[in-house]
Amino acid sequence: MASTETAELRQAVATLVPSGSDGEPVPYVHIESSQGWVSLKLRELWVYRELLYFLIWRDVKVRYKQTVLGMAWAIIEPFLTMVVFSVFFGKLGKIPSDGIPYPIFSYAALVPWTFFSRGLTQASNSLVGSARLIKKIYFPRLAMPIATVLAGIVDFMLAFLVLVGMMLAYGIKPTIQVLWLPLFLLLALVTALGTGLWLSAMNVQFRDVRYTVPFITQFWMFATPIAYPSSLLSEPWRTLYGINPMAGVVEGFRWTLLGTETKPGPIIVVSCLAALALLVSGAFYFRRMERTFADIV
Amino acid sequence: MSDIAIHLENLSKQYHIGKKQEKYRTLRDTLTEAFAAPFRRAGNLLRGQAAGAADLEETIWALRDVSLEIKQGEVVGIIGRNGAGKSTLLKILSRITEPTCGSADIYGRVGSLLEVGTGFHDELTGRENVYLNGAILGMKRAEIDRKFDEIVAFSEVEKFIDTPVKHYSSGMYLRLAFAVAAHLEPEILLVDEVLAVGDARFQKKCLDKMEDVGQQGRTVLFVSHNMPAITRLCGRAILLDGGGVVEDGPSQQVVGVYLTSDTSTMSLREWPDPQKAPGGEVARLRVVRVRSEEGRIIEVADIRQPFTVEMEYEVLRSGYVLLPHFYFWNQEGVCVFGTLDLDPAWRGRPRPAGRYVSAVHIPANLLSDGMMFVNAALLTQAPSILQFWERSVVAFQVIETFDDDSARGDFTGQIGGVVRPLLQWSTKFSPDGDEAISG
Repeated sequence: MASTETAELRQAVATLVPSGSDGEPVPYVHIESSQGWVSLKLRELWVYRELLYFLIWRDVKVRYKQTVLGMAWAIIEPFLTMVVFSVFFGKLGKIPSDGIPYPIFSYAALVPWTFFSRGLTQASNSLVGSARLIKKIYFPRLAMPIATVLAGIVDFMLAFLVLVGMMLAYGIKPTIQVLWLPLFLLLALVTALGTGLWLSAMNVQFRDVRYTVPFITQFWMFATPIAYPSSLLSEPWRTLYGINPMAGVVEGFRWTLLGTETKPGPIIVVSCLAALALLVSGAFYFRRMERTFADIV
Repeated sequence: MSDIAIHLENLSKQYHIGKKQEKYRTLRDTLTEAFAAPFRRAGNLLRGQAAGAADLEETIWALRDVSLEIKQGEVVGIIGRNGAGKSTLLKILSRITEPTCGSADIYGRVGSLLEVGTGFHDELTGRENVYLNGAILGMKRAEIDRKFDEIVAFSEVEKFIDTPVKHYSSGMYLRLAFAVAAHLEPEILLVDEVLAVGDARFQKKCLDKMEDVGQQGRTVLFVSHNMPAITRLCGRAILLDGGGVVEDGPSQQVVGVYLTSDTSTMSLREWPDPQKAPGGEVARLRVVRVRSEEGRIIEVADIRQPFTVEMEYEVLRSGYVLLPHFYFWNQEGVCVFGTLDLDPAWRGRPRPAGRYVSAVHIPANLLSDGMMFVNAALLTQAPSILQFWERSVVAFQVIETFDDDSARGDFTGQIGGVVRPLLQWSTKFSPDGDEAISG
């Protein structure tokens, strides 16, 4: 008797408050085997935005734990590369640098490049590195590579401060074009994420990817006008060079910050299109492979 | 709103398992294979075959045509042997993996606890991990803020909450992890064998917490090998075997079916193959049984009759002092008592190898009515080493009669309690009520 009463009471409460605590309607999920290409479910990603925030926060917090130099690592890599490039390519190789002192010419490219290459490397390993999480809990898997790439922005900021310091030292004043800078950071982010989505999803199935990523970043670095200017190429090749989206990013950084007079507009347009294609295809490929992640990771 | 929480229709999941490795006969074969394999795989890939599908030919059905309906507020136990499909079922329901065919409809926010401490990061402090783990389990930040103190109090690690968890003892780690999970408040909770954490006291706390969850009207699916916990927490139980539902009904009945499924009775368990028997190099458990005074195997013990629980074991190495134990658990998950072999013939004496039967005689009018589960253990002494410890190895039912010669006399209501001793009473009478009658 008592139990039926509580059941009725419970039902009454249930009709008053349609769901647990926050008054949202009771969620309904239909589970079935999915076939072929599936939607990106970006709305669900938005629902999980707090998790995304915590994953980024975790990556940032943990990145330099138990290291002696800590955050300095964010600066050391691009800075030392710049020193090496300046000595070998700038001084010895006499490579032109669009009329800008070679050290700052290369460093302005290395800052977004380092952000990109680290983002790409870490995104590629993000799923395999979180295998336990993927096997034991559900969340939109897209959150994983996105969080690792976004967490790299903190490192980028630190390396960028050094760039600002160098600009002051060389007496280079940015022009109004600097307002375009966020666009180029976004372009680097989209490129890193697009590639990261492809590679992270492949890495789940083929661990070969882990061994390939260092090659990819190395080749890509030389295929990007970091140590040399893209103005070495003649048209239309220079514009086509934009198919490598990082070419657009690097030229964009130089144009906005250092005021290079090389009119990188066409490169940048091509780069934006290429990056977008990379992101969209990467996202769909990732979603398509996602259904097997928990079983084979 | 209908009152159905989960509806499954022909839910099935097929897994690819690697083809059995052929034995390489010679070094040359091994090397040839090592060189040829990448080309063969790359070839398969180019021809559009899925990831090395040629290498993954063998498949198993982890779940096969499971159709079920679970009502809102039901607390359901899922039992079965390892590999029966229990965890696969929870993984599909929590959307970690997709079914191969069939479908599931779920009405309500799902929280799943397939492992304690998922996503804990060693370098982060206890406090940071509470937030991170909470977010991973699907809690909102405001919700974690609100419950933070409660979580920390439950975990009993207040003092170390700002210490990185890599410095925690494993017990502290698990307590904190369970505490976060226990404060999850979804409408539907999926739990996989996570109660086996911490010491006995904390386990009890966890069980109590689970019971609270059930009583709050949430739907709970609870996978466990802990039969007393299943009968205590769950009204209904589902027995899976080979990926399919074998039995579905009241938990006591289903647990009974499970315990009798590999022998004909739940009060007799035998290991005919000594290699598979529990134990190790020193001793192995061979038989555990419940017997009446007359020596018959009984599944049902009359509360007024004495009976015997015995273990037969083989000692493979001479020279050890052995200490057999039994623990008796009731269906509420309470340990009623533990008992050790005190037979003076062997107490403190090293034993020669051979076969032994140690029996404990349970007197009449000791246990209260209901299901009893027995754990059997064997300890070697100095140093103390557990040779085997089998949980719920046998079970039996203690029944009451309503003849007036038991502890209940002619009372017919509920008595409860974990024991039901027949005790001596005396009642004195004073007609005026003012005379001292004590003493």
